[in-house]
Amino acid sequence: MPIVNIEKDLDHHSLTVVARYDAPVERVWQLYADPRQMERIWGPPSWPATVKEHDLTPGGRVVYVMTGPDGTQAGGYWEVVEVEAPRRFVVLDGFADAEGNPNPDLPMTRMELELTAGDDGTTMTITSTYDSAEALQQVLEMGMEEGLREAMGQIDALLAEG
Amino acid sequence: MVVGSPAPSDRTDEVFRALADATRRDIVRTVLTEECSVSALARRYPMSVTAVQKHVAVLERAGLVSRRRCGRESLVRGDVEALARARRALDALEEIWRHRVEQMDRVLAEDP
Repeated sequence: MPIVNIEKDLDHHSLTVVARYDAPVERVWQLYADPRQMERIWGPPSWPATVKEHDLTPGGRVVYVMTGPDGTQAGGYWEVVEVEAPRRFVVLDGFADAEGNPNPDLPMTRMELELTAGDDGTTMTITSTYDSAEALQQVLEMGMEEGLREAMGQIDALLAEG
Repeated sequence: MVVGSPAPSDRTDEVFRALADATRRDIVRTVLTEECSVSALARRYPMSVTAVQKHVAVLERAGLVSRRRCGRESLVRGDVEALARARRALDALEEIWRHRVEQMDRVLAEDP
């Protein structure tokens, strides 16, 4: 299991995930820098993502649409704030319609990814921060429930396997 | 391994345990309406600052109140519903990231 630590900070409405990978920093960076690879990791299991626009440079935008098992589409977009390839980026992740048009009325998540080289691999730290507990709740209610149940099911299955 | 995130059932137990004590229930009610220092809380009850601190620590572990430092004072405030909502939402977000982290590992293994 690559996850090293997960920390939830209720006061700051943030989640920090630390994971370790047996791959060099440049390789892990490609998972986000290459839209085709990002498609393979971003959506929940049966909500695959299609990346429609991908400009991972400061001021740039990344637009994606996820398609559910019943054909329902949920879009999202990143407003790219900071990029220091290949080790760090900061984006604001928001909701979009099925065509990828941003919905500015819904809250955005600030997501910061940082990669550091270790002795024989890469440590990734991802921090997601919401403006408020209400924003966090709204984001949750807006979607992902399906994917979430599925992800939980997968974890249960893993645990059952021991 | 995951540090600092017990199973949801453990957390519910913690909330119930925390609220099983009359003083702690009263502390939650007090700090829900206004942020209060530990020493101010101690003046309200016939007990030492240390004893109040212990109660606050139990409430804090259960996620019912939060504490912040302000100079030499430790200020306590509670927002049960907001905290509960935030916790549920963060739990959900955690699952999304758990999946994503695993998926990243899979892609790296398939396509080194």
